[in-house]
Amino acid sequence: MSRSWGRQDAATIVAAIVLIWLMPLLISTYTLTVLVIYGMLALSLGLIWGFGGILCFGQAAFFGLGAYTYAIAAINVGESTLPMILAVFVPALFAALLGAMMFYGRLTDVYLGVITLVVTLILFKFVNSSAGPQYVIGEARLGGFNGIPGFHTLNIPGQPDEYIWGDALYYVCAVALLAVYFLVTWLLRSSFGRIAIGIRENETRVSLMGYDVRARKTILFAIGAAIAGLAGALFANWGEIVTPGLFSLGQSAEIIIWCIVGGLGTRLGPIIGAAGLAYLKFLLGQQSLIDNTLIMGIILVLFVLFLPKGIVPAVASLWKASFGRRSGRKSARRRHMRRVDSANG
Amino acid sequence: MDLSFVILVEIFYAVASLALISAGLAVVFGMMKVINLAHGEFMMMGGYATITAVQLGVNVFVAMLIIAPLIVGLIGLVVERLVIRHLYGRLVDTMLATWGLSLFFIGMATMIFGNTTTSITTPITGFAVGDYQINGYNFFIFFVSAVLLISMYVLLKTTRLGLIARGTMQRSDIAAALGYSPDRIYMATFFCGSALSGLAGAVLAPLVGLVPTSGGAYIAKAFITVIAGGPSLIVGLISSSSLFGVVNQIFTFGISPVFGDVALLIAAVILLRLLPQGVTGKFFKGKM
Amino acid sequence: MTISRRKFVAAGAALTGSMLLPRVVMAADTIKLGSVLDTSGIFDAYGKPMDMAMRLAVDQINADGGLLGKQVEVVSYDTQSDMALYSQYAQQLTRQDKVDVVHGGILSASREAIRQTMHKTKTLYFYNVLYEGGVCDRNIFINGVTPAQQVEALVPYAMGKSGKKVYILAADYNYGHITAKWIQKFVADNGGETVGVDFFPLDVADFGSTIAKIQTVGPDLVIAPLVGGAHLSFFRQWAAAGMKDKIALASTTLGVGNEHKVLTAEEGNGIMVAYNYSQELDTPANNAFKKSWADANGGDQSMHEIAVSNYQGVLTWAEGVRKAGSLDRDAVIEALETGVSIDGPAGKITVDPKTHHAVLDVHLMEFQDQGMRVVETLPQRQPIDTQAVCDLQANPNDNKQYEIEI
Repeated sequence: MSRSWGRQDAATIVAAIVLIWLMPLLISTYTLTVLVIYGMLALSLGLIWGFGGILCFGQAAFFGLGAYTYAIAAINVGESTLPMILAVFVPALFAALLGAMMFYGRLTDVYLGVITLVVTLILFKFVNSSAGPQYVIGEARLGGFNGIPGFHTLNIPGQPDEYIWGDALYYVCAVALLAVYFLVTWLLRSSFGRIAIGIRENETRVSLMGYDVRARKTILFAIGAAIAGLAGALFANWGEIVTPGLFSLGQSAEIIIWCIVGGLGTRLGPIIGAAGLAYLKFLLGQQSLIDNTLIMGIILVLFVLFLPKGIVPAVASLWKASFGRRSGRKSARRRHMRRVDSANG
Repeated sequence: MDLSFVILVEIFYAVASLALISAGLAVVFGMMKVINLAHGEFMMMGGYATITAVQLGVNVFVAMLIIAPLIVGLIGLVVERLVIRHLYGRLVDTMLATWGLSLFFIGMATMIFGNTTTSITTPITGFAVGDYQINGYNFFIFFVSAVLLISMYVLLKTTRLGLIARGTMQRSDIAAALGYSPDRIYMATFFCGSALSGLAGAVLAPLVGLVPTSGGAYIAKAFITVIAGGPSLIVGLISSSSLFGVVNQIFTFGISPVFGDVALLIAAVILLRLLPQGVTGKFFKGKM
Repeated sequence: MTISRRKFVAAGAALTGSMLLPRVVMAADTIKLGSVLDTSGIFDAYGKPMDMAMRLAVDQINADGGLLGKQVEVVSYDTQSDMALYSQYAQQLTRQDKVDVVHGGILSASREAIRQTMHKTKTLYFYNVLYEGGVCDRNIFINGVTPAQQVEALVPYAMGKSGKKVYILAADYNYGHITAKWIQKFVADNGGETVGVDFFPLDVADFGSTIAKIQTVGPDLVIAPLVGGAHLSFFRQWAAAGMKDKIALASTTLGVGNEHKVLTAEEGNGIMVAYNYSQELDTPANNAFKKSWADANGGDQSMHEIAVSNYQGVLTWAEGVRKAGSLDRDAVIEALETGVSIDGPAGKITVDPKTHHAVLDVHLMEFQDQGMRVVETLPQRQPIDTQAVCDLQANPNDNKQYEIEI
């Protein structure tokens, strides 16, 4: 497969640019921006879960942390460049600490899920009960349930008065997503990425080969958190308000659903799942016939039962079955999710 | 003196209610290694079953202790046959499917009952201890929870059914080799687990009131309690709910309810870091 | 497997097809009223009646021949109790649907999420909900009761019926904190003493330890600005512990979402509140309103404080448009600033030109048999809290929410 990489990359870039250019003709850029941001958020979980085998129930924690870091820093700095950088590094640092605690404690599968879930809950409860005037960081009030409105939004670096918003923000987000996508692609092709996949497949074997599994998992976890943090910061710029809802379990649940529906173990799957479902939710809000929660629930159950691999792998295999040449390398692409599943000792 | 008694009652109540809300999840997880994320919604449905039955004129205790568990158990049975059955052995997939189910049930309940909080009056009145008024219903919850744990213990320890269940828990393959169909055992287990969830929801309903999203408040706590308890069903349940209940109430009285909850969560993180397999993964090994 | 896959593809294709359909071009001779409310999700107990009230008001306006000879058309979105969707639909309403006015938002967080969008796009915005006060923005009109209007009346009345030692239990967010401050101020002004203040996040549902704690302090009166379904358990647990006959209770929020109909008579009786509206108001205007609501919604009687606020907000806007004789935002604002008033189901509502808040009647009430019995009516109260910090006549470019220092 490695022979066609160069050509494939070029094709991806061309396709992406065409898409970035065409989509605003169909959907308003304001909605598109958030779809792109959700796509990036889903990609962050898709990376650590789909390729690293780390099921994180608390990806929303890093998303929220990124958004809050941006908002708090922007109020104090009054400019957006440093806050953007902080919004990537703070969640990454937090994830590195959390990851080190978990992976060096040799926590796996369900227990990992519980810890990430609990940490998200703690963050949510803390931020949610910070309405009092004593919760201040610099000049920024944390604001509790109502969140933080009115912070300085994205500007051209060095020019605090030149705001990037509206259509421009969409293009910034889309390009950022493309950059993150290629970063992930590059990462997965590097030896680090191949070993990460090796850890997903058989942790014991990789550690017997002499690799420090714990350190590698921690680093991958931190990278995922950095991407989620970036998505969070962009979300803060888009919404112009951050609320504790960003940390909520519902938000975490949605990220997992996006990945499952889109297709785990692919880079494109989570992005498509996120954008598709978020747009569906947006459309559903314009009707009041059926309860929207109910529809989302049915979609998830049906996907797990009938299409557990998700849309992208299913479409890819359908495509192959109908048009593609039979190739012996097919098995290499197969996803080995089931490994993660065995919880009983 | 009166105050310390009141605090003691609150601690007992916290422990009992934690054990109660976790029991259904623990049975399903312990026996089947299935994490039912719709557990909270099963509780919510138990609550609605109770309230609906009471509004139809049924005695409140009959509604709570018999009707609600039965109805929710039957719903659980349908869910098991339609969805869970296809996903055995796939832990993550069952979690996601039950997550979907929980959204589905929330949507259903919203369409049927609406989002307004509904409730019934607490059937037991408060009484005075010295200068303090105590909610008498706390004792009822404590009582239900104790009876539940004892009967679960007796059932598992002394009956043939319990023996089969324990056997399946430890080595489902051997149990199958001895001729006990895991399929049927799983079906029965899921029914029992759902019924327990329904019971918990029903018993708590008069105290806290119900909206379709009520279940969300319980699932995280129940999930944490069960996982922290570890592989032994009853001992694990008792030890982890005691630990968390006490921690929670100490901080609730000392500082505020929020700190109580946060302290519980932090205790869970520390506990799982020190004992990654839960309390009974290290202590009380081989107990139930 | 193949069949289901094919079905999925078909369903997906159908869905994509419908998404790509061009938006139906609206006839230009209607007035567009945009509405964003949570009509599903956890806040729909507030949002659904508000939506019904808005539609009722629009139907009545249209039945009377519309505004400026045009019919009013509703463009509404369900925000599903999700704050991110507020931002999205606000953009949709202002940039794509290009509505003439927006009514909506329930929680303060949702208002702050869309207020700046309305301000930037110069779309007139009405926020028709009881809230914590302090918003100062020439583009927004608010007709909900603010803490000073309500608390100033409630505190002396409740203290007069119980005693001087007051314990406050408030929801842990912006509204709760600000209201708690006002309560403390008025308790002190009336010669009382605040013996304790506790804050609870919106998801706390177990108040057992709090009830024990209150008893150790032994106040004469508990004032509870608690919010939402989970907090409702407090009133139930309070009654279950047998506290009801020992310590008096008052609230600034209970009943806003018709909570008094959820509590039983035994649990609710005697709780003191103060609002702009009560279903038990026996006035010709309210009786007519209740009848037309029932006729429009198949006998339903779910109107509550903020639903009526929403109804009155739409009427106020309509009156402003009539007076301005135009839909132009600045013309309507100027017309409203002349101090337009309407007669709604809850009495006379007048726009306060200085703050864009409302001068309105406040009724002191007590819960009785799942209703709110009106004890006393305090006519035409000024929003003195917001007036203390906001003067849009002097500073028309102001655009922030003040936290009022007391």
